[in-house]
Amino acid sequence: MQCPKCRGNMRTYERNGVHIEQCDNCRGIFLDYGELETITRMESQYRSAPPPAPGGPAWGAPSHGGHHGGGYHHGHKRKDSFLGMLFSS
Amino acid sequence: MAADYGGTGAPDVHPSRTDVVVVRRGEVVVKAHSVRDDPVLLAPRLRAAGAAALSGIMLAPLDTEVLTVAGRAVTVWPAGQTVDPDTAPWEEGARLLARLHAVPLPVVSPMPAAGGPARAARAVRRMAGDGPVEQLIRMTFAGLPEPEPTPGLLTHGDWHLGQLVRRERWLLIDIDDLGVGDPVWDLARPAAWYAAGLLEAPTWDRFLGAYLASGGPALDPDDPWARLDVPTRALTAQLAAVAVVNAARDGRELDEVEHSLIEACDRIVGLPQGLP
Repeated sequence: MQCPKCRGNMRTYERNGVHIEQCDNCRGIFLDYGELETITRMESQYRSAPPPAPGGPAWGAPSHGGHHGGGYHHGHKRKDSFLGMLFSS
Repeated sequence: MAADYGGTGAPDVHPSRTDVVVVRRGEVVVKAHSVRDDPVLLAPRLRAAGAAALSGIMLAPLDTEVLTVAGRAVTVWPAGQTVDPDTAPWEEGARLLARLHAVPLPVVSPMPAAGGPARAARAVRRMAGDGPVEQLIRMTFAGLPEPEPTPGLLTHGDWHLGQLVRRERWLLIDIDDLGVGDPVWDLARPAAWYAAGLLEAPTWDRFLGAYLASGGPALDPDDPWARLDVPTRALTAQLAAVAVVNAARDGRELDEVEHSLIEACDRIVGLPQGLP
């Protein structure tokens, strides 16, 4: 299939059940009839879905979630200071 | 005195940052409480620790009466093994707290209020300086939203890893802040370490998961941070204040770990109004 805009070659992708043609040249996207509605419906489901179980407070350290920078494993001085804290009032 | 309760061998004085004195002699530990601890309030706390309902949860005293030595309240305990930080029993600590919180209050009544909130306020008050760090910590503490009223439960009041000893099993120790309160405060110190990026997420998850799996009544299992958030902010301010006081006493700057708590205070103060 040729791109209706620039006559480039259209490549077909399948994403979450939605059929998408994208032009290799201008990167324009062509949707089949009904697919825009499918995407809109999926978007509204995504927005209304309950948030995942919160893993911490809104003000938590930014390193939460990915690899954790803190904790026991980074340097002796840091480790000793935190260990003292773990055991004191 | 430890010898009167069967303690043998050379006395071993445990180091303490406060005016509390803990002496171990063989199998017996004698604790001289802080001059701040009211002996009238210690009596029901000590009785509760010796009550059958807390057997297997808290270490039971060797004597259920508060003694007085040179004007200081003194209690006597069996010795136990302390926590090795490399193999810290986080899950067991969480389970013990869950069981403590589930003890029906009439069994131990009357009990004084748990000491957690007063301890936080005291720590913030103890800061002598008025620099930007002190001001930030005071602002964090003063800006805490009013807690939602909750039914009071039996609460430890000052929980950390130093509050566990092992005999045949792990048990909670330290009655000084035991009482009726919001049990979330017992979870708020580890939560504050986690929120400051100090306690690693898998460790926090083990602790929180064990508490929830044990049916701990302090939290909503579907949204644990709903109840944790505000007491964790209070503990963050408390820990930061203690760090500032300790650093001033030692004549040094705050270290990297202590700075993480100040940064957490900064993020709390920067929250949009109206949260949580």
